[in-house]
Amino acid sequence: MSRLRDWTELELGQQGRVLEVVRAPADVLSGPGAEVDPTAPDVVRLAADLVATMRVSPGCVGLAAPQVGVSAQVFCVDVSAHPKTREHHGTFVLCNAQVIESSRNEKAREGCMSVPDLTGDVKRASRILVRGRLPGSGDEVEVRAEAFEARALQHEIDHCAGLLFLDRVAGAHAVYARQTYL
Amino acid sequence: MTLAEWWRPSAPSGPHCDNAVVTEQLHAITVLGHDRPGIIAETTSRLAVLGLNLEDSTMTLLRGHFAMMLLGSGVASGAAIEDALAPLTSDGTLSVTVRAVTADDSRASGGTPWILSVHGGDRPGIVSSIVGEVARIDGNITDLTTRLSGELYVVIAEIVLPAGVDPATLDAAIQRVARELGVGASLRAAEADDL
Repeated sequence: MSRLRDWTELELGQQGRVLEVVRAPADVLSGPGAEVDPTAPDVVRLAADLVATMRVSPGCVGLAAPQVGVSAQVFCVDVSAHPKTREHHGTFVLCNAQVIESSRNEKAREGCMSVPDLTGDVKRASRILVRGRLPGSGDEVEVRAEAFEARALQHEIDHCAGLLFLDRVAGAHAVYARQTYL
Repeated sequence: MTLAEWWRPSAPSGPHCDNAVVTEQLHAITVLGHDRPGIIAETTSRLAVLGLNLEDSTMTLLRGHFAMMLLGSGVASGAAIEDALAPLTSDGTLSVTVRAVTADDSRASGGTPWILSVHGGDRPGIVSSIVGEVARIDGNITDLTTRLSGELYVVIAEIVLPAGVDPATLDAAIQRVARELGVGASLRAAEADDL
């Protein structure tokens, strides 16, 4: 666990580029991402790009490779600044991540940068154990996440599997047009 | 695949003009009546033949009655749509209406979204009394469901409150009306978490 808490994007050894965020409908958002070699230079660069793009996107707490047009199982998360966050692990990037354990489903309304005009009610586990690999070193890590961080992780892992929150909404009347705040 | 994509036929066979300017028109279509399997399939296939592109739609059962509203855009006239859907009404169990509407996609309200829940013993006036308080402060109801289950009456409404309106003031007004009605009510923010 401390391996993850201590991780920062400085380990990637490069400044990422800010990439354009892909919006649905786009094929890359609807197909499963490929497993990656976390030590490969292009994966390390992708990790840096994801963090850089997340950093410049207001309110963004996570970003997955398909959202920047790359069909791969890589995502970044940082919920540390979100008001709903309790426990968190700061900024980290995971490759080939999977949910190993999950419990305590809770429903909440989600939005997504790739589906900017809609929101939806989605039930997700509020306690999860995720296993994945860190970009660069390739170290295998496990993350035990709760509440909002758990929701963010599942949302990003879904992206890597080609799933949007629209695939998980609680029912036919659980999708809403987002109000535009002026 | 979006509903609109699914809806769009690959080779529209609807009205066409070689020399005239073809203008797309938005039509609001309602189908109401006795429920049975296949109503949506029949309705949408008949509209597909006209090349109509299904935009927003909603369908539910109200006490077992089929109720569908949809917006379709295309070059077909209202009369052509009515003619195409006429067979749906032939046995007298379904009614269909078609009317032209103007496109109105103005979601830039500047308001904030809230969810109002009301539940309690059924009695006349629950909805009108509660939503009257919402209208009083120019709140806009964007989605509404009511259900009667035995004696229990449930109202769920999505509300957009105008900028500058204090939700606590509305909540106090709703609680006052709810006490008078003998029902419970809650107002909570519907802000979505961007992930």
